[in-house]
Amino acid sequence: MTAVLIIVSVLLLVLVVGAAYATVTRARRRTFEEEAEETAAAGRGGARTAVKEAPPPVAAPEEAPPEAAPAVEEAAPPTGPPRLAERLGKTRGLIAGYLGKVRSRGSVDAATWDDLEEALLRADVGVATTQALLEDLRSRVVSRELSGPDEVLLALRGDLVALLSEPGERHHEHLAVPADLAEEAALDEGEGEVHHHLHHGETTGRELRFDDEPGVTNVWLFVGVNGVGKTTTIGKVARQQVADGRSVLLAAGDTFRAAAGEQLARWGDRVGAEIVRGAEGGDPSAIVFDAVQRASARGNDLVLADTAGRLHTKVNLIEELKKIRRVAERPPGRVTEVLLVLDAVTGQNGLVQAQQFTEAVGVTGVVLTKLDGTAKGGVVVAIQRELGLPVKLVGLGEGPDDLVPFDPEEFVDALIG
Amino acid sequence: MFDTLSDRLERIAGRLRSRGRLNDADLDEALREIRTALLEADVELGVVRSFTESVRARCSDEVLSKSLTPGQQVVKAVHEELVEVLGGEPLKITYASKPPTVVLLAGLQGSGKTTTSAKLALWWKQQGRHPLLVAADLQRPAAVEQLKVLGEQAGVTVFSQAGDPVSVAAAGVEEARRIGRDLCVIDTAGRLAIDAELMDEVRRISQVTSPHYTFLVVDAMTGQDAVATATAFHETLALDGVIVTKLDGDARGGAALSVKGVVGRPIVFASTGEKLGDFDLFHPDRMADRILGMGDVLTLIEQAERTMDRDVVERSAGRMMEGRFTLEDFLEQLQQVKKLGSLGGIMKLLPGMSKDLRQAADQIDDREIGRVEAMIRSMTAEERLNPTVIDGSRRTRIARGSGTTTQDVNQLLKQFREMQKMMKGLGAGGALPGMPAMGGGRLGGLLGGRRSLPDLSSLGGAGSDGDLAALMGEIGGSSGGLEALGVGVGAGRPTAGGAKTSRSGGKKKKKGGRVTPPKRR
Repeated sequence: MTAVLIIVSVLLLVLVVGAAYATVTRARRRTFEEEAEETAAAGRGGARTAVKEAPPPVAAPEEAPPEAAPAVEEAAPPTGPPRLAERLGKTRGLIAGYLGKVRSRGSVDAATWDDLEEALLRADVGVATTQALLEDLRSRVVSRELSGPDEVLLALRGDLVALLSEPGERHHEHLAVPADLAEEAALDEGEGEVHHHLHHGETTGRELRFDDEPGVTNVWLFVGVNGVGKTTTIGKVARQQVADGRSVLLAAGDTFRAAAGEQLARWGDRVGAEIVRGAEGGDPSAIVFDAVQRASARGNDLVLADTAGRLHTKVNLIEELKKIRRVAERPPGRVTEVLLVLDAVTGQNGLVQAQQFTEAVGVTGVVLTKLDGTAKGGVVVAIQRELGLPVKLVGLGEGPDDLVPFDPEEFVDALIG
Repeated sequence: MFDTLSDRLERIAGRLRSRGRLNDADLDEALREIRTALLEADVELGVVRSFTESVRARCSDEVLSKSLTPGQQVVKAVHEELVEVLGGEPLKITYASKPPTVVLLAGLQGSGKTTTSAKLALWWKQQGRHPLLVAADLQRPAAVEQLKVLGEQAGVTVFSQAGDPVSVAAAGVEEARRIGRDLCVIDTAGRLAIDAELMDEVRRISQVTSPHYTFLVVDAMTGQDAVATATAFHETLALDGVIVTKLDGDARGGAALSVKGVVGRPIVFASTGEKLGDFDLFHPDRMADRILGMGDVLTLIEQAERTMDRDVVERSAGRMMEGRFTLEDFLEQLQQVKKLGSLGGIMKLLPGMSKDLRQAADQIDDREIGRVEAMIRSMTAEERLNPTVIDGSRRTRIARGSGTTTQDVNQLLKQFREMQKMMKGLGAGGALPGMPAMGGGRLGGLLGGRRSLPDLSSLGGAGSDGDLAALMGEIGGSSGGLEALGVGVGAGRPTAGGAKTSRSGGKKKKKGGRVTPPKRR
């Protein structure tokens, strides 16, 4: 009883103040809108209210963009399959600058650590991972294991490469399908040890997993938030798999975004892969199911399943994704890869995304896209460190061949110069 | 996964509680925490630096306010600085005297330009304008189809034709003029800032269409790179503003702060969902709360605005401020509160609530309100206006009339006296003696720091922002005081009643930015 009274009284106070606040704000907003309306009316009335002439300084007419102000002048896309290092070379500038500073100093001092920290933070590696890396280096400097800036840099590079190369302790756990999924799939199939194939022993490989067992249709599922490049990535993967002699079927599981199926169909035409599509707004699980059935009937080896972009925070969309995975897992289907597509510009939220998607559908690897921009994608270091999820592929552009295997050394060189 | 800025500030505030004023070491520590939190929210390093410097300046300049503890002072300074950096002068949209007003959208791949174009067109349509969408993204396969579908959903015509993006854009503007549309929204292909060829293309689009507004579309999840991108686009296109997308996720959206901080152009619109209607003008103060990781008071207020009877609330508020608060008012307000939904649910929206308090809120039986109502209804008019006349026999009568016990009635009366005292304190605008000033520090910081907070003098009560901060502080403070009455809940003092309350209001699992049910399709 008392608790209720207290809570109610606190609430009342907040609400009363809040309502008063809202009321006044609304009154103000109205005034503002009226003003805006007046201005607009004046404009319509043919008065000399030129656009952008309005009082706010921010809207003041900015001088026309300088004629010769493109950010970077050199372009010339390289021919042939791109190399990570080549593509990343041109974006090194800033960070390489810090490391140059580190090198130029005779000894390791406070400024050295600041520069290293700045380089890593600017690459989106994240505060916790950066601090852990530097803490370790610092103690090695104190114990005189390392001396001089060059050794420190070399050690940092080594640490990063090692971190990215070795699937962490937790890797195995995360390869496993979440318990509830495994259970349901097991129920579907009516046998106990269905998922042995997912606990594959060789975890170092960044190669995409493909089970050659007869009678099995491999399904690779592509997941991620909106706009990271899932559909484009599938197009490119399809092209490579077709080139490798596999017979690929595309499943247009993105039934939400307008024309996503269309986009995938174009890729299908381009690379010579069939596509299974459904109605826009239809059930993606059904499409994936159909795709698996059709693939099995026609003898396709591999189904690449697109999914609609979804924020990891949307509970029912994540539920929908779990269902897609469950359905794809029904024999003859077998989900051998669940690839999280991650945009290289993503900041620290990437870690949260990786965690949530892994919990939901058992992500097996990361595809880091758009690494040809200025973004470094350093969050994958944190993802590998915290979740043990390896990066498997790297997207370097919009061309059909701009998808390459992840190479830790090249990546780290690009990351820290 | 990350501690919110407000959690970190909370910790600092806890450590600073006993201090009379901030010393440099405390401030340094506080600023380090702020730096980490901002970096984890993806604010660009350079922006973080200038931000912490401004906060430092604010904290040392500030004359030590009597009503604010050092901890509160830091929170207030951070919030004020956030709102200032994010807000600034808003972009006032005016329309071309010779229509159409041309709007150009540009950005990286996948930032959400196509969807945003449609949302923008719909938004303008709802404002009574007549937009035309121009599909100038000929790069991504099926981008034109996507825009067509979205245009259809929004009920806006989409112009598209074959050719190169530059001529399509020019033709689109011409078409808008021809068919008499007063707005023309041009969707362009996503491009990297370092792609010289494509950047040149977008510049040519800009030249041939001479847009009145050029907006950069930025994904809320963008990391440190946001600044480099925004700078490059700004150099090429002279941006007028920024549109932040995907704010419905749990990314803190520090990128918004970075872009605003570096490019100096206002954030004009925010996109907060997948539906076309999930789009509105940007509210800097809400973004500030989001970066801070504070509770969603505004949602609560909006909810209150929708459901509560404004006249009734204003009337009681006025009386509250004047210190004339009667059981009659209390009853009236209880009924208003009931309209808002379950108490537990409402409590969760409040910032600065301790875990204990929120747990208590979960266990609340909303029927308890009914019992309180019944008790008040069992009182005579005189008793309601002047509860001091209630003696033993009246108590028994009230208890019998409402089906409660005399103890319940006693409790209600005692509680009501506390409230009255509190209200008087509010009306006077000063701190109550014996009220712990620290209580509700976050609330105080939150509301006190909100620059746009109007002055409430019209309500006959507290005047300036500062007073309001004190007022809000007392809310927390008084419930802390009430905790000493042997109640296991309290928003205020961690020390009171020996209960260790970790006031972690911002930590609640708030999934979206706003409290919108996650549904679609």
